[in-house]
Amino acid sequence: MECRDIINTFAPCLSDTLGVSTDLANFLSITLGVLIVATFPLLVTILLIWVERKFAARVQDRIGPNRVGPFGLFQPFADVIKLLGKEDITPAGADKWIYNASPVVMVMAVLLIWAVIPLTPVHVGVDLEIGALYFVAVASIGTLSVIMAGWASNNKYALLGSFRVVAQLISYEVPLALALLVPVMLAGSMSMVGIVEAQTGMWFVFMVPVSAFLFFISSQAETGRAPFDLLEAESELVAGFNIEYSGMKFAMFFAGEFMHVFTNGVLMAVLFTGGYIGPFVDQIPLLGLVYLLAKASIWYLLSLLMRNALPRVRIDQLMLFNWLFLVPVSIINLILVAFLMFVIRELGLQPDDPRDFVQNIPQTVVLLLGNVALLIGTLTVIRNRFRAERLAEQSTMLPAQAGD
Amino acid sequence: MNVLSEWAFIGVFFVLAPILPAVPILLGGVLSPKKPNAIKQATYECGVETVGDTWVQFKVQYYIYGLVFLIFDVEMVFLFPWAVAYGQLDFFAFAAGVLFIFLLSDALVYAWKKNALEWA
Repeated sequence: MECRDIINTFAPCLSDTLGVSTDLANFLSITLGVLIVATFPLLVTILLIWVERKFAARVQDRIGPNRVGPFGLFQPFADVIKLLGKEDITPAGADKWIYNASPVVMVMAVLLIWAVIPLTPVHVGVDLEIGALYFVAVASIGTLSVIMAGWASNNKYALLGSFRVVAQLISYEVPLALALLVPVMLAGSMSMVGIVEAQTGMWFVFMVPVSAFLFFISSQAETGRAPFDLLEAESELVAGFNIEYSGMKFAMFFAGEFMHVFTNGVLMAVLFTGGYIGPFVDQIPLLGLVYLLAKASIWYLLSLLMRNALPRVRIDQLMLFNWLFLVPVSIINLILVAFLMFVIRELGLQPDDPRDFVQNIPQTVVLLLGNVALLIGTLTVIRNRFRAERLAEQSTMLPAQAGD
Repeated sequence: MNVLSEWAFIGVFFVLAPILPAVPILLGGVLSPKKPNAIKQATYECGVETVGDTWVQFKVQYYIYGLVFLIFDVEMVFLFPWAVAYGQLDFFAFAAGVLFIFLLSDALVYAWKKNALEWA
């Protein structure tokens, strides 16, 4: 047996050339694959810390880290060395096991998502048939970590912070999953590779921009960063659920957060902008990784801009925004897309070859028009409601001018 | 890859994923100085002594959010198979799906009208 395509035929190669038993070879192959897939996001995170700080600095008219290494690129390493030397304080009365497990669970929750993300056409951790459902299930583990940290810290600020975050995270999971249903419906598959392959002809972001918007906003809220960083709320909660953490455990919470933001970018790329799809990917599969990271970076920079440019919302506004805006819109959006898909099928606008760009245009136009109509409708409802509220407020405040 | 080895991958991932973040934490635990004292380990509440038990009862509001979330999360589990098969289904399936979503939206409207979703 030839051992050229080493990644996909690692197990047979190993058992053939070294005479290892097949079961052991399979196990080694799986373990190696897991290590590669899990280490990759952690390595990217080291770079992300630098990008994050530099970007925030530029927005705030500063230079940012520029002393350690060229352009301050080695700053993250300096940070890690500093954090390694910090004393690890466990507060008296903390529930030690849960307290120590919490930062590990935080990072783990994000890492597990990467198991199903297709990096290139041939390199994917594992192409589960229920990849989308697996993502929804695994993404909830992060909430657990927050409860663990808040409850085990034996600190009232931490507890209050974690209550709020849990309310926020579980609330925003609803529009997240409802928006995720739409690409699943269009692709007719829950597998991440299936969803990417279905976008060969046309990216889903052009067909269902409203779903992309809903997914992006709610995934941004899931990371708990500005403008949704109620868990930090320095002015009211000191630092939120991670107040009692120091040293490397504190760093792990932030590593998890940075990684989560980038993972959201990657998910946006996979679900809505075609993942690894791009020119010449069929010939050179590794180009797919470049395309995926490029697309993910655009979404990532957009969320950085959102974080740095928008002010924090209040907790009651946050919950109202979710339950009275995002959830109803995502429900209507789901029904609308289902209806339009039915109309497309009845009118025979489906492409004969889904991989062809031109044949995809008719159904894209129908879906896009539906989405634009939904957008205009939603904006009109919001405008009328707030105008009525404003007028009512004016009439109570200025009764003398009512007849003018 | 057959189904079993797919899930073997996930299983190995679940075992290895906690180890990767645990290594730097353990390394930090080995390298960092350890000089604990009572004041350092006191609860960090701006220098004020903690009053009463920390593990307090929480507001019923959180419980309501939890319930509404649960309704929608269970709904999602039923909608995912519907969404996957949607391309091959007829109008009846569309109507059934919409009816199902409406029944559950009912719960949302009810909670809305009862002001359960307002942060009080």
